[in-house]
Amino acid sequence: MADRAQSLMRLWPGLIAAALVAALTLGTLLAVALRAEGWGGLSPSDWAAIRFTLLQAFVSAAISVALAVPVARALARRRFPGRGLLVTLLGAPFILPVIVAVLGLLAVFGRNGLVSLVFNWFGWPPIHIYGQHGVVLAHVFFNLPLATRLILLGWLSIPAERFRLAASLGFAARDLTRELERPMLKAVLPGAFMVIFVICTTSFAVALALGGGPRATTVELAIYQAFRFEFDLGKAALLALVQFLICAVAAGLAMWLHVPEGGGPGLDRNVERWDARRPGLILLDAAFILAAALFLLLPLSMVVASGIPGLASLGGSAAKAAMRSVAVALAAGAITVAAALALAFAVQALRGRAEKGLVEGIGYLSIAASPLVVGTGLFILLFPVLDPVSVALPVTALVNAMMCLPFALRVLVPAVERVDRQFGHLADSLSMTGYARLRHVYLPRLSAPVGFSAGLAAALSMGDLGVVALFADPEAATLPLQMYRLMAAYRMDEAAGAGLLLLTMSVALFWMFDRGGRINADA
Amino acid sequence: MSFLHPNPARLRMESAMRTTLIATGLLALANAAIAQEKPVLTVYTYDSFTADWGPGPQIEAAFEQDCGCDLKFVSAGDGAALLARLRLEGERTEADVVVGLDTNLTAAAAETGIFAPHGLDLAGFDMPVDYQDETFLPYDWGYFAFVYDVNAVPNPPKSFEDLAASDLKVVIQDPRSSTPGLGLLLWVKAAHGERAPEIWEALSDNILTVTKGWSEAYGMFLEGEADMVLSYTTSPAYHLIAEEDPSKAAAAFEDGHYLQIEVAAKVASTSQEALADQFMEFILTDAFQAVIPETNWMYPARLPGNGLPEGFETLIAPERALLYSAGEAAQVREEALEEWLTALSR
Repeated sequence: MADRAQSLMRLWPGLIAAALVAALTLGTLLAVALRAEGWGGLSPSDWAAIRFTLLQAFVSAAISVALAVPVARALARRRFPGRGLLVTLLGAPFILPVIVAVLGLLAVFGRNGLVSLVFNWFGWPPIHIYGQHGVVLAHVFFNLPLATRLILLGWLSIPAERFRLAASLGFAARDLTRELERPMLKAVLPGAFMVIFVICTTSFAVALALGGGPRATTVELAIYQAFRFEFDLGKAALLALVQFLICAVAAGLAMWLHVPEGGGPGLDRNVERWDARRPGLILLDAAFILAAALFLLLPLSMVVASGIPGLASLGGSAAKAAMRSVAVALAAGAITVAAALALAFAVQALRGRAEKGLVEGIGYLSIAASPLVVGTGLFILLFPVLDPVSVALPVTALVNAMMCLPFALRVLVPAVERVDRQFGHLADSLSMTGYARLRHVYLPRLSAPVGFSAGLAAALSMGDLGVVALFADPEAATLPLQMYRLMAAYRMDEAAGAGLLLLTMSVALFWMFDRGGRINADA
Repeated sequence: MSFLHPNPARLRMESAMRTTLIATGLLALANAAIAQEKPVLTVYTYDSFTADWGPGPQIEAAFEQDCGCDLKFVSAGDGAALLARLRLEGERTEADVVVGLDTNLTAAAAETGIFAPHGLDLAGFDMPVDYQDETFLPYDWGYFAFVYDVNAVPNPPKSFEDLAASDLKVVIQDPRSSTPGLGLLLWVKAAHGERAPEIWEALSDNILTVTKGWSEAYGMFLEGEADMVLSYTTSPAYHLIAEEDPSKAAAAFEDGHYLQIEVAAKVASTSQEALADQFMEFILTDAFQAVIPETNWMYPARLPGNGLPEGFETLIAPERALLYSAGEAAQVREEALEEWLTALSR
């Protein structure tokens, strides 16, 4: 009976978190649907939008993951000065507000960008970035960092003992790939692909701007059209449902392809890679790291360069907006970690594969949610009860936390599973339960993924994620809102300054949490 | 031993402090009560109206001088988002006045049935067209236009066909998500009617890309990504007046230029009837109108006594103003969107 009570204790916080996520995603969708007057079907142009969405998301995810494998491998087996900083900076594109990232990308790949400038020296015409390839380029720019990070975590999860054993058996790099790395990749890649595929399906502003026109209409844009142009809430809800279905199918496929990690636990030792000492491999890894760094950091440097002149002219209102954004980001980070841990323990406590999948799956729902529909649904739900504007900031924090939850789950669920596999029996035999178990078994070993999750959630949340635009408080603007306002008032220099401030603060928040988590882990 | 026999002086001091605290608290309460007694006029508007550098703060200060009230702005995205929010709120809305719809939205706005006639005299407007509406009161207006850099484009196109024949690249906004984007759709339709699909097809290779909103497009233009951008004839005034940069200009099209007229309306269910009326009247006074040109970068609906700010005289003055009535705009826009999508999706 004690066991049963114990497993219930581990279950209910996760179930509450799951219910909350379901309410914020499916509940808001339902709220919008119930307000609709009549239900239309999908028009041919909606189907075209669905096809385009699927295609670009598939290609973007495939390329992101394929490129991330060699980059992650290089980062996993090399140690060099500045590696930690590089890993952090490489993550920055993922947390950039869309509009800033687009301008940064165009400063490199646009008609008037760096690459075209170089082409010009050779007398070649400027590159034409607008089209399908532009959409994919932008999505790879956003998601390569995430893919790299997820796969890198997979590499780091291979216990040091295996590499030792492999070295003592005289494994070459090729043997190591076959015996250790390929099984790990089989376990990690479907999930990474799925997450990025789903992120790309909800893309809108980037796809449109770099897609070169209405050919690049995604489902999210079709939802926008239904909401703003036609005010057809039924159609908006229907399209949002289609988006969920696409993502559900993708998630189902990923789970079906997912191979559970094999092999026994290790002893938490530092990894030494004897196999990778050949000069050829060193050169190869250096090339991959350099290429990825150039691709990701060049547009970022352009964002920094264009933002510096405007920084000085940013007034007190931008500073206040920044403080508000930090408060929202910290709250969102805390909520994300709490909810993700609760869900991860619940998944761990559940026995059946279907039950595990269901609870974890609900946690991922938000990634497929249309920000516009979530915002509208929340508005419909809140408006009769209270003034939505009065709760703008808490709601922003809550919704941002929910939007970040999938990324936290992606790293925390396997991490909790791993710790439990390695130390669960030992803890059981010592009758360690409840807080003691959390404090001594889980938290010390989870500090790296927890730090990563909190940092990512806080950093993403700085960018606001656009959900609550419908009821932003004019007196209490967040930094991204302030930046959009500056842009809308022709103040592009100041807006670029605000963008730089946003980027710096996002990266700083991410770095603090991520680094903090890893320092604890090393101690 | 002092804690057994407390020091009387200290006791006195504590009691005095307590009295002061209570008094301060009471005073604060009283102040709050006075503040509450001031009626609140809630004005819904779009987001950029309420920004520090937008018209909102100056207008609020000017109106509060006489009204003995507290003017509170509530903002939602842009004009279309504002309308969507009002539709969601319906008759339960807390808005007393709405500022920031435009003539492309008024038909749908009227359908909601939440607005009341303004009852004001519509004479004395300084607008290129005769505008009569009992409910929606114009407060500013502007022409859509393609803006370019005079150093980069020495011979700007003089019409859509001119533009289509050139190899200039333009950035426009998506009519499904942006107000100027929708304006361009109606501009081409109003100027060319049946020939609109043809014009769009001819333009398709000049359209570098389409953005979600005005800001992305304008930002791309300023970064030198495109030769021209869809904006307003008044855009160059910002660069000239605020940045002392005379290099931006709007291309004058012989086809005529489509108008955007921004309007305000009183909400029928308002609990502040008198204040709402007072604000509607205030909109047409100099105190409101003089703020518009250099904050909203649009033309005031009724010219203030001291005219337009210096610099506005350099702007182009289109000879032909195009505008669909609210009803026509609502009718043609779906067809126009279909034509646009078809031509640009090839």
